[in-house]
Amino acid sequence: MPQPEPPITVSDLTMAYGTYVLQHDLTFTVNRGDIFIIMGGSGCGKSTLLRHLVGLKEPAKGKVLYGSTNFWDADPDERDRIMRRVGILYQSGALWSSMTLAENIAMPLKEYTSLNSGEISEIVSLKLALVGLAGFDDYYPSEISGGMKKRAGLARAMALDPEILFFDEPSAGLDPVSAKQLDDLIIQLRDSLGSTIVVVTHELASIFAIGNNSVFLDPDSKTMIAGGDPKKMLKECPDPKVQTFLTRGATFHI
Amino acid sequence: MVSPTDSTLQIRRTDDGSLRIALAGAWSIQQGLPPAGEALARLKAEQGITSLSFDCTALTGWDSGLLTLLAKITEICTSRDITLDKSGLPDGLQRLLALATAIPEREGARKTTVRDPFLVRVADATFNLQAGAREALTFIGDVALALARLLSGRARFRKAELFFLMQNCGAEALPIVCLISLLVGLILAFVGAVQLQMFGAQIYVASLVGIGMVRVMGAIMTGIIMAGRTGAAFAAELGTMQVNEEIDALQTMGISPMDFLVLPRMLALTVMMPLLCVYADLMGILGGLIVGVGMLDLGGMEYYHQTVESLSLTHFWIGLFYSAVFGVLVSLCGCLRGMQCGRSASAVGTATTSAVVTSIVCIIVATAIITVICNVLGI
Repeated sequence: MPQPEPPITVSDLTMAYGTYVLQHDLTFTVNRGDIFIIMGGSGCGKSTLLRHLVGLKEPAKGKVLYGSTNFWDADPDERDRIMRRVGILYQSGALWSSMTLAENIAMPLKEYTSLNSGEISEIVSLKLALVGLAGFDDYYPSEISGGMKKRAGLARAMALDPEILFFDEPSAGLDPVSAKQLDDLIIQLRDSLGSTIVVVTHELASIFAIGNNSVFLDPDSKTMIAGGDPKKMLKECPDPKVQTFLTRGATFHI
Repeated sequence: MVSPTDSTLQIRRTDDGSLRIALAGAWSIQQGLPPAGEALARLKAEQGITSLSFDCTALTGWDSGLLTLLAKITEICTSRDITLDKSGLPDGLQRLLALATAIPEREGARKTTVRDPFLVRVADATFNLQAGAREALTFIGDVALALARLLSGRARFRKAELFFLMQNCGAEALPIVCLISLLVGLILAFVGAVQLQMFGAQIYVASLVGIGMVRVMGAIMTGIIMAGRTGAAFAAELGTMQVNEEIDALQTMGISPMDFLVLPRMLALTVMMPLLCVYADLMGILGGLIVGVGMLDLGGMEYYHQTVESLSLTHFWIGLFYSAVFGVLVSLCGCLRGMQCGRSASAVGTATTSAVVTSIVCIIVATAIITVICNVLGI
């Protein structure tokens, strides 16, 4: 069903833990087919913002809209329906440790499709092959490395070919070659499946390689100070903090 | 052996109001640093100082100890408006000093420990208690909803996991339950024997142990063992899943953690507890038999007949009812603490401890309530 509205719109969002405000007045739009980067210094609330977008933490103020539906005002069933179109890769994979990789990826397929177990295990093998883990079906998460856990987590996030994918620091802990392969995979997902992708990251190489829209969060002023295409931000944004971040300190002035 | 006073600091004041600090020797944390308190006090107190410089010609080595001292000196100089001339310091030291002072402390970042007055702390504790009670009730409500879904066939969990948990809670707990119940029966018999022997009524040890174990002690001992063994395990498992974001992953995939994780655990323990209780009762009576035959010279058949005579099916059902209730309580407390767990390793420890303590308290309170009810009903 083609939707005329952008997949995700955030308006005047305030994130707080009790009385401690983490970020306030966040307003941005994730367009269809974007690879949207959420970036900022350490501790600015990037992962918390992700949690607000996927239904794990309720906003203190403001709205999160999926299409035209106000996510947090909707009833739990509606929210479940929205989340079914979403795939999430958590920071360390968040694979269920008592299940093998194959069982992990099969879970959403078993829940939400009417495929039989033979068809499901074919799809599982395919997804694992797509992320470079062919043959690791029967391994437990404790038996594989950190990078492999992430890739397995990605395979699980992609299991239902979701419209929107969220990645929480996907390249953290990966060697440069794996990080590049992951970037290529992300672009492939956008091009071939038409997914909209939101990435929380501070890897500059990835940001410039794949990002075409973004929001920059600042921990000092506790709000967003820049947005848009990262390459344009590098050329045009006057804010010194943004410039320092995007040039890795080459123009260092605080 | 290098003497710890190898490194020295001397202050010399020149006529034009500038202070010259001469550092000599090998300043190393390993070798102990000379106390610089006197030098710093002088720097803070003396009037008329306009500048400060260093003489490091006799300095043979340095590390973080010297850096810390210099950082303190820098701070004092900035607050007293004294010009600091760092050119006399070694290159590396100058660069490190620049790095340490480059990024100023973020405003509001430093944590201040304020100890609230006593009444405020009491109030906070009371509010926490209230919040804790509300959370527990919400959890119980969620479990009830999950049970309703189970009964209507809509609960989603893995059957294989249910059977695995039953094996874990039931079959694998058998050895420890048997051992402890045997010993408890033995102890009960021993305690009773000494008194009853005075009246020549030692045969009634059989009744004492029989009724005691079957009616209540079997269930309580099994409950406490399982609280420590399985309640803690549930809390630790679920707590670790919280830390690893596995429960978040379930939630965002639309799978209810209640249905998937808590329900099978509650079912497994509630089903297995009465079965373990039966074993505990049997082993307790056996323990009593050992004391009866070994210490009191009762006949085996004599003991058996007395036990059978004093026991009625009512005692047995009450004991099983106790253990089913305890099964629910232990799994509830274990799962509740696990789901409430924070996001760090120490939080898992706290959750586990809390699970065991809460389970045991609930067991004892439930025993009291059920005993009163039985009394009122006259059974």
